[in-house]
Amino acid sequence: MAIETTQPGGIEYPGEEAPTPLQPVSRRSEWLRPHAGWAIVGGVVGYLIGHWLGNVIASGYINVQGSGQNDVATVLGLSLGVAGFLTGIGALNYPLAKMIGREPPPAVPEHNWVRYFRMTEDHKVVGLQYTVGVLLFLFTGGLLAMAIRTELLSPSSHVFGPGIYIALVGEHGTIMMMMASSAVVGPLGNWLVPLMIGTRRMAYPRVEAFSFWIFLAGYGVILTALFFGGFPTGWTGYAPLQTQASGGMDSYLVGFAVIGIGMICAGFNLAATIINYRAPGMTWSRVPIFVWAVLATTALLTLATPTLVVAGLFGVLDRTAETAFFVNEHGGSNFLWENLFWFFGHPEVYIMALPGFGIVMEIMPVFTRKPLFAYKVAAAGMLGVALLSFFVWQHHIFQSGINPDMRPLFMLTTELISIPTGFLFLVALGTLWKAKIRFDTPMLFCLGMLFNFLIGGVTGVFLSDVPVNVTVHGSFFVMAHFHYTIMGGLIFALFAGLYFWIPKMTGKTMNKRLSKWHFWTFFTFFNLTFFPLFLVGILGQPRRVFEYAANLQTLNDISTISAYCLGASFFFFIINFIWSIYLIPHDAPDNPWDSRGLEWQTPTPVPWFNFEHIPVVLSDPYHYGEPDAPPVADLGRVLVSAGGAPAEAVGHGDVSPPGDGGDLDPRPPIL
Amino acid sequence: MSETDAGSTASVSDPPATSQSQAETHHWWRLIAIWVVLSAILDPLFYFLAGPHIPPGKMTTTAGGAQFDFNVLLVIALPVLLAIWIFMIYAIVMWRASRGGPEPEGGETARGNTSVQLGWILTTTVIVLFLAGFGTYALVQPNGAGGGQGSSPIWTPTSKTVLPVQVIGQQWKFTYRYPTFGGFETTELVIPDNTTIAFHVTSLDVIHSFWAYQLGVKADANPAYDNVAFTTTSQMGTFIVRCSELCGIWHGAMYNSGVVVTPTQFESWATATEKRLATNTKLLPPFAYTYVPDANGADGGYYPDNIDPYSPVETYGAPQPGQGKGSGSGK
Repeated sequence: MAIETTQPGGIEYPGEEAPTPLQPVSRRSEWLRPHAGWAIVGGVVGYLIGHWLGNVIASGYINVQGSGQNDVATVLGLSLGVAGFLTGIGALNYPLAKMIGREPPPAVPEHNWVRYFRMTEDHKVVGLQYTVGVLLFLFTGGLLAMAIRTELLSPSSHVFGPGIYIALVGEHGTIMMMMASSAVVGPLGNWLVPLMIGTRRMAYPRVEAFSFWIFLAGYGVILTALFFGGFPTGWTGYAPLQTQASGGMDSYLVGFAVIGIGMICAGFNLAATIINYRAPGMTWSRVPIFVWAVLATTALLTLATPTLVVAGLFGVLDRTAETAFFVNEHGGSNFLWENLFWFFGHPEVYIMALPGFGIVMEIMPVFTRKPLFAYKVAAAGMLGVALLSFFVWQHHIFQSGINPDMRPLFMLTTELISIPTGFLFLVALGTLWKAKIRFDTPMLFCLGMLFNFLIGGVTGVFLSDVPVNVTVHGSFFVMAHFHYTIMGGLIFALFAGLYFWIPKMTGKTMNKRLSKWHFWTFFTFFNLTFFPLFLVGILGQPRRVFEYAANLQTLNDISTISAYCLGASFFFFIINFIWSIYLIPHDAPDNPWDSRGLEWQTPTPVPWFNFEHIPVVLSDPYHYGEPDAPPVADLGRVLVSAGGAPAEAVGHGDVSPPGDGGDLDPRPPIL
Repeated sequence: MSETDAGSTASVSDPPATSQSQAETHHWWRLIAIWVVLSAILDPLFYFLAGPHIPPGKMTTTAGGAQFDFNVLLVIALPVLLAIWIFMIYAIVMWRASRGGPEPEGGETARGNTSVQLGWILTTTVIVLFLAGFGTYALVQPNGAGGGQGSSPIWTPTSKTVLPVQVIGQQWKFTYRYPTFGGFETTELVIPDNTTIAFHVTSLDVIHSFWAYQLGVKADANPAYDNVAFTTTSQMGTFIVRCSELCGIWHGAMYNSGVVVTPTQFESWATATEKRLATNTKLLPPFAYTYVPDANGADGGYYPDNIDPYSPVETYGAPQPGQGKGSGSGK
């Protein structure tokens, strides 16, 4: 039985003869080809053109309003700036070349550092680009958080004025939400999914690269808000304050829409890849649980995010073209923004949570040396969460004055979603049962995530209960709750994943002692920062205030000082990263954790094509504790034993069909 | 950990199935015993010691309801938290690799257990359905639990003597109008004890949220929209009012306090204030449940939005400020 090992379409591999008589575009010198420098130039030029155009179109009537600003110029500047940035990085080269009937140059593997500053078709490069991009977002947002906590050191004397404070709050929230919506799917999803499902490539590698560069453009756009005086609405951007706000609001609306387009692209690409590019034998019951998590997330990314883009467009039109989508007096409704925003905003919460679940469930079997408990329940639970998350959004606006008869329904759906969410704990506890737990750093982060997410989840039930919600809605209780789920859940899972997969991603080993120091300081100060804020919220401090009751100063100060230590704990990671990857690198073995995951069966560093031969998957990756378990996959050259070490050579360079094919699913690759 | 504990775990490695299942039973019973004991201690401890002090207190029926609801939720949540934490700590202590215990077993038994999974799903479903049912009861019974019910509330009080108080949010303060006392507008919020209050919350500019903390009342103030919340006072004293929806740069400074007084005191305060503010009240727009900005005048005046459906032509045709009755500044 011959096994089809090639996959159709897409990338031309070097060495193969060109299948087409079309002339390739001649290759220019290194520095003239698109890269990040040209992207920045393109962004600046685009902004200037757009700003000039906006002033030509609209300066007249904006002057009448006497507001000293021209929203049309800002919006056009930012939009054309993003377009210029993407042109500069070369996002348009392929479609434009196709359009004029020429064949774009084939993707060639580059091995120098310049590839990290280009649009690339290698999902591993995009994954690392996303890692750096997400950390950039995270640390920027983190610095803003330090500034917010500094202002809250004292109930009445101020470090910043209320205007700067409110700008910091909005900027922190928006940057963190943008970061968190890609925090795991971007770096680890893009890097790992093709390796986990045994494919050489993404379904749409150019769309994938586009999603990263537009994500970075969104970072630039949202940062410009600070230069336009910030926006006073927080990350929720409620109208009509949105319509009233100054120029920073344009950055918020354009930035969120831009990030949203990136999220949609990332989601489509990953969904298409997971559904269509699984290796032979990678049946749905053998797919790693992280891939299930990413698949559930992509459903949310592709279905919920368009609402955000549309809402942003409405907001931009309200501010520039004087439409009245969100203006009650002129036939619009401020409830429209609230509903559109939260219709995206609640699935967004699970866009952030689900990949974290996936990472924790993927990593725990490796360190407990046990199979994943209740695999099917876990997968079904995540799909259930994804589905239910579209039916809960009104719990964010219980007290807003929407029709009250919907309230019991949304209370019910919100509490129902805790059932599939709770499966995470069923799976985790079942996997811990009579295990042999190794407390390496990734496992510590997983346990920390479970601890934090439990608090975040249980307080979520309090918030979903309408009578309790009357007191805690809009208070620091909410704020502590979602920091426990997003930071305590997602960011802990992200670091679990980074510590776990960095040896494979970079080929270098992280320092163990610094890693553990990072975990313990991060975990301790995270809880010391955010647990007091539950109490602060119950005791009556609303969110986003710069002044508060004097009797709450002690709790606020505990939180602030812990927040500084929390911020400092990231230096352990940064120092560790620079030290272990660049200064004193130690080469990592191919499979340092003895994992059975398919991604660990590749050599380190992972070659450009991932797999020399498309693997034939023989079992799911969780056969721990079974001495006579089948190998996880037939990689063409060697079979891999249960422990992950190469066992016996069976092939000689080409794919050899397994002899008896007992466990082999004979399906051809799904195309 | 005592020697016997370690011994019983180590015995799992012995091949006989009996000792293995016995050790498993030990784990289960130990976990359940720790959980029951800790829950039985912590739940009453919380309920009777901390419970009565949980905000928002007992100043109104809705506040008391919210407090009771919070306590019930916490009494249910504590055993859930404990169950998972105890299990995790037990696993971390007992099943760590450094203890040199037996190799974990893979295979079908480790990959799932139908009764455990079904038990888990059933338990969580029962808890969740109970919480939703209880929450609905606690929402409907005290007339919407103090939350804003929009302009057409469905859980209305049966009491005949409901005092309407209009709360007008504006950047960045709350003002209050008393329609049953000539519609005077003041920055003081005074309400009588043992009375059902209907707060009609609206806004003149952006979204605010009227949060009367000790009253257990929260309702967003939307422009051109009447959001009604009910509560019944049951204790006298002062309470804090804060804005809990971000409304611009001075959002943090948007707070004041109100007071619950005896009905007689309230009556005399209201009639005296009505008389004192009579000249101001004449300049105000007539009382209405919503107001819209004066689109013609630049002085920030407001008109009552009485026209339903809203008609810009009729509203803009209303007299300008200073031209007569029914116009002027709403501030």
